[in-house]
Amino acid sequence: MSGNLTLILTASFLIGCGVYLILERSLTRVLVGLLVMGNGVNMLFLVAGGRAGSAPIANEYPPAEMSDPVPQALVLTAIVIALATTAFLLAMAHRSWQLYGNDDVQDDVEDAAIRRLAAADEASDSHDLMSQGVDLPEDDLERLREEETA
Amino acid sequence: MNVLVPLPVLLPLFGAGAALALSRHPKMQRAITVAVLSAIVVLAAALMVRADQQGPQVAWIGAWTPPLGINLVADRLSALMLLVSAVVTLAVLLYSIGQGLTDDDSEAPVSIYHPTFLVLVAGVSNAFLAGDLFNLFVSFEMLLFASYVLLTLGGTATRIRAGTIYVVVNMLSSTLFLISIAAVYAATGSLNFAQLAGRLDDLPDGVSLTLQLLLLTTFAIKAAVFPLSLWLPDSYPTAPAPVTAVFAGLLTKVGVYAILRTQTLLFPDSPLSDLLMWAALVTMVVGILGAIAQSDIKRMLSFTLVSHIGYMIFGIGLATEAGISGAIFYVAHHITIQTALFLVVGLIERRAGSTALLRLGGLARLAPLLGILFFVPAMNLAGIPPMSGFLGKVGLLQAGLEVGGWLAITLVIGGTATSLLTLYAIAKTWSAAFWRTPEQAHDIAQSLAAPDPEQDSGDSGARIVRHRGHVHVGATAFGDREIAAARRVVDDESSDRDLHQLLRDGDLPSRLPAAMVGPAAALVGVSLIFTFLAGPLFRYTDRAAEDLMLRSPYLEAALNPDDTRGDPDSGARGIGGDG
Repeated sequence: MSGNLTLILTASFLIGCGVYLILERSLTRVLVGLLVMGNGVNMLFLVAGGRAGSAPIANEYPPAEMSDPVPQALVLTAIVIALATTAFLLAMAHRSWQLYGNDDVQDDVEDAAIRRLAAADEASDSHDLMSQGVDLPEDDLERLREEETA
Repeated sequence: MNVLVPLPVLLPLFGAGAALALSRHPKMQRAITVAVLSAIVVLAAALMVRADQQGPQVAWIGAWTPPLGINLVADRLSALMLLVSAVVTLAVLLYSIGQGLTDDDSEAPVSIYHPTFLVLVAGVSNAFLAGDLFNLFVSFEMLLFASYVLLTLGGTATRIRAGTIYVVVNMLSSTLFLISIAAVYAATGSLNFAQLAGRLDDLPDGVSLTLQLLLLTTFAIKAAVFPLSLWLPDSYPTAPAPVTAVFAGLLTKVGVYAILRTQTLLFPDSPLSDLLMWAALVTMVVGILGAIAQSDIKRMLSFTLVSHIGYMIFGIGLATEAGISGAIFYVAHHITIQTALFLVVGLIERRAGSTALLRLGGLARLAPLLGILFFVPAMNLAGIPPMSGFLGKVGLLQAGLEVGGWLAITLVIGGTATSLLTLYAIAKTWSAAFWRTPEQAHDIAQSLAAPDPEQDSGDSGARIVRHRGHVHVGATAFGDREIAAARRVVDDESSDRDLHQLLRDGDLPSRLPAAMVGPAAALVGVSLIFTFLAGPLFRYTDRAAEDLMLRSPYLEAALNPDDTRGDPDSGARGIGGDG
């Protein structure tokens, strides 16, 4: 089977853009990334279908000339699922905006705890955290200030 | 065509539609959901008997000429998974009904809970029955979408935060699944498992290795195999107790099932067995070390969940009949045990107001029944003989020793160590939440919150060591977050109270609702049945593993749709396997 180079290059470009956007913090950008990536994947299905032919409608064209209908059916399903996905993620981004005033993807609780632990471990007496520009959550900063004044 | 096979998928979908239409009549909704789930239990049991006696049951959907259409296949493995998941979902649903009946000011919109739960059940059933790769993808999407809704039920701040990570990770894995499907179709021109089994064998090694790696990565995200497991412990504990229970029990196991199916049916002579073994080892060890570090029961259980996925991957990686059989047994055991534990933790939360070890104590005296309900499945999880957790682990370790070689032996040692460490994590939780008195717990919280630990340690009698940002008290270590929480708890002005304060103020619910205890106790009972029926069950999983390793029963049934019923060969095999 020979693939269509234009399709492959477009698909890889779209997936690459998608990956870049997914690494963003804002949920709407992540969503756009997922959608762009999904379109890239749908193009991969067209590649998987092989050579393009006439429309796969029974009794219209001889079967040998038809293009493979299976990948098209799969892409159709994938598009429907992507629609539902978009609706749900947008609702979540909206809810996040209602709650926090932004739609940033929040840190994992455990990650944040580990980062704080590492920061606390480095905090010896001769080591001023705040002057080092270590990014600490507000309540920790308060605690550190209290400890310093005590 | 076999009518029984599509029903476990169709019934919950119709039920979901009916329940959604009747969202203003909660009693009718409950009745429909319970009826549908009970029917699936019966159906799954019937399917299991038929699959065992007559070989794999196949249904071709949509009247296409086989092998063009979509098929659903229930072989011994699928039928067992279907039965276990049906029993578990029924118990969880009864529990959540019990919870809903006693919660007047529930923060969750219950009207969508039942339809969504039924869609989740349909997705899980479809995943177990799917006979082709794309149908498997669709069933993953079905259960994932239901799980997105259930996880973010009510849309509170923590659930949105955890839900975002969960949704994005799973969408990424779905995209990866689509890429793998496109690649498989491009390479073979088919997505049907039975057809793929023949065609993948003929591919060049490099191509089939790529396809296998793609599929394994996809399923490993769903199954939470390290290092693709990091999303799980953060997202599961935030959901309502019954939702966490059903997620922990079923969703990861669907991933394990998919790995098991593809490894045995599509890639029987897998060059990646060693990779699976390594992944299993790291999953077990890292997971259980994470569990030990937790000071909240829900999070601790989420980490043990990840850790014990390693046992199942170990069995699959061995790729022998004994290994596969052990893995299947362990999956069935673990689904029940993990769900039961999360249900019981929901009861603890209701009885004592929290699941943080900092605030718990003396539950063994306060609620002895709750103590038993937690103790039995917890010991089962840790693998104390003679319970099914022990038997499952012994089966896997024996299979490992049979295979031999340094890697398998390392896995056996790692598995034993994980089992012991699980016991340690469980014992730590038990002694903190159930053994010590609420006063002791309160004293410890007080000394944690005290600015100068040396002064207070003498009074409370608890030895306190500060080390690297952690505070160690007896068997438990508390991090910065817990110290801050302890300050809030000790402060009598704040609304944040521990069990001691709640008891003192008389603000505790005096009894647990029987409608919640009943299903949880029943599920603990089911997990004990595994212990008593371990002999027949192991013989069944041995037969299932034999089928999987042979491949021919599945392939014959799925490719020759006409002689599935009353196939003399498969009947004879069933009886022969009994002996």
